[in-house]
Amino acid sequence: MTSEAIEAPATAKTTVPVDTTSISAHQRRKLDRSPRSQIVVTGILVVVALYFIVPLYWVVIAATKTTGALFSTNGFWFGGEFALWSNLQQVFTYDGGIFVRWIANSILYSGVGAVLATYFAAAGGYALAKYDFRGRQFVFGTILGGVLVPGTATALPLFLLFSSMGLTDTYWSVLIPSLVSPFGLFLCRVYAAASVDTTLLEQARIDGAGELRIFHTVVLRQMTPALVTVFLFQVVGIWNNFFLPLIMLADQKLYPITLGLNNWRSQVDRLPEFYQLTTGGVLVSVIPLVIAIIVLQRFWRGGLTEGSVKG
Amino acid sequence: MTQQTTTRQSTGRRAGGAPAFRTSTKATSAQKRAPWILLAPFLALFLLTFVIPIISALFQSFTTVDREGLFGEDGVVGRFAGFDNYAIALQDSGFVASIGRMLLFGIVQVPVMIIACTILALLLESASARWPGFFRAIYFMPYGVPGVIATILWSFLYVPGLSPIVSLLQSMGLQPDFLGANSVLWSIANIVTWTYTGYNMLIIVAQLKSIPGEVYEAAKVDGANAFQVAWRIQIPLIAPALVLTTVFSIIGTLQLFAEPQILSTVAPAIDTEYTPNYAAYTNAFAFNEYGVASAQAVIIALAAFILSFTFLALTNRPPKDERDRRKRARRDGREARTALQTRAAAGSNGTSQAAPGLQARSGLQNGTKGADA
Repeated sequence: MTSEAIEAPATAKTTVPVDTTSISAHQRRKLDRSPRSQIVVTGILVVVALYFIVPLYWVVIAATKTTGALFSTNGFWFGGEFALWSNLQQVFTYDGGIFVRWIANSILYSGVGAVLATYFAAAGGYALAKYDFRGRQFVFGTILGGVLVPGTATALPLFLLFSSMGLTDTYWSVLIPSLVSPFGLFLCRVYAAASVDTTLLEQARIDGAGELRIFHTVVLRQMTPALVTVFLFQVVGIWNNFFLPLIMLADQKLYPITLGLNNWRSQVDRLPEFYQLTTGGVLVSVIPLVIAIIVLQRFWRGGLTEGSVKG
Repeated sequence: MTQQTTTRQSTGRRAGGAPAFRTSTKATSAQKRAPWILLAPFLALFLLTFVIPIISALFQSFTTVDREGLFGEDGVVGRFAGFDNYAIALQDSGFVASIGRMLLFGIVQVPVMIIACTILALLLESASARWPGFFRAIYFMPYGVPGVIATILWSFLYVPGLSPIVSLLQSMGLQPDFLGANSVLWSIANIVTWTYTGYNMLIIVAQLKSIPGEVYEAAKVDGANAFQVAWRIQIPLIAPALVLTTVFSIIGTLQLFAEPQILSTVAPAIDTEYTPNYAAYTNAFAFNEYGVASAQAVIIALAAFILSFTFLALTNRPPKDERDRRKRARRDGREARTALQTRAAAGSNGTSQAAPGLQARSGLQNGTKGADA
């Protein structure tokens, strides 16, 4: 079946040699459009888009309401008093501004964690891609196994290990596991193998540059696209992590935003005002993430192809 | 392959312009040390956060703790327990049920999500889609919402009295119960699907974008319609991406924890052993049964390995006609090579010998080569 697809270009080339190369994908799109299929396809896309938007739309509406209006008015439209500002003020000032602290913690965990994790993964991935040394395959195989181990399977023994080292309930307990990204190393290795120019490394060596200096000046620059992708993956991974901070942290002051908001939500049954704190907090924490995701979309695309083609 | 040979050559050379004929065994000591220095920070952390915990989990899973005295006041003693912890874990009907539940969840949710994201990717990349960039961004958006927050949001949309969806359905005469004993698993599946469909779609879109335009042109010349193009060209060519997303989805399913744990406060049907991970968490932190919890963690990791490798093995197995074709190709190897040489001038490659796993890639290379020629 694939053979047809593969033989096809040759046929095309011999029959219409000029046209195929001159028509761009975009022009082809326009030529192929029939109005009816366009309406049907776009209609489906709109319906699916509504599904993805509904929860976010709901929280925008809910954050503008008072607790009473939240239950008495239609959830899909504004109703009652417009209480967005007082709700937000509540979010930021409750319990001495602990919400701000949670956000800062999340930024600390994911920022510092992702920067260092990317750096370590880049160094390791480059070493595995561009040096031939004894044990290379073994090291890579072991790390690849790490990609497949569910993170939660190691979390429990990690907790026991850290508690014997006295690290639980500290910033370190969440930060240290965030510094390792086997998947990031895998991506970096694939990318370094394909994109780091060996002749450039040779030249640098001939010029007398040390191996570490070559890595920092020549290699890192060439690996930038992969580094951005690994960094973003790690940021999202750490920011979204729930299980690890849940078992490691007891002190609310060390909570990341996910754990903090869950803590507020778990109190809504006893204290209904927590509905407003939770929806307001969710709104505030989600907006920057959603904007970042949309703006940085293209970096996920580029880097993932490298990994998926090899995988 | 070619990679290795180039590295070997490169390590053969010395800094400072040593002769190029040196072999890899004569690399400078600096070059021998370098990979280990570069790997050191990663390996140290990997050892601390992966290897040691996994080994200690294995160790723990074969150990049981005896408490001395009536309430354990005389200290605790660990002793080797053989497979006792595994026996306890597997005899625990709640844990076994949770594995069955995750299998059911995976059998339904993973294919639904993979099919959905494939269809979405194909539609977005089809000629008929308007504003594909806009829709792509909307679909990808939920990936930026942490699973915890997604669950909080959906839990509000599941609770009667608060949820506009429930009241809408009630006004239509339906009695939806998103949090009932039978439905809550699918409510969780909905949250997972909502979060990850757009992300998986983006991987597939990237793969689709790498298909050269000439392939489509050729298909059109051959009179293929949109469905034939999707089924016979696009899907075979995006197969590697589909395999990758499926493997990660399987691993994700086995790790399910945050969604049921958070929903358990509004859904009484979710007990503390609802998913394997939840069961291990409960054993460890509610009952302090570290041995049993470790055994369960090991079972979860093993299940992830077995399922991932089974799936990879199944998908890497060439289809029957392909195997026959390769057999024939090997036999006719010489003829094929000559045919290849003659056709190379016309800008085409014989790919009958390519492994099916590489089909997509060789297909792509074919296309690009065609474009270059």
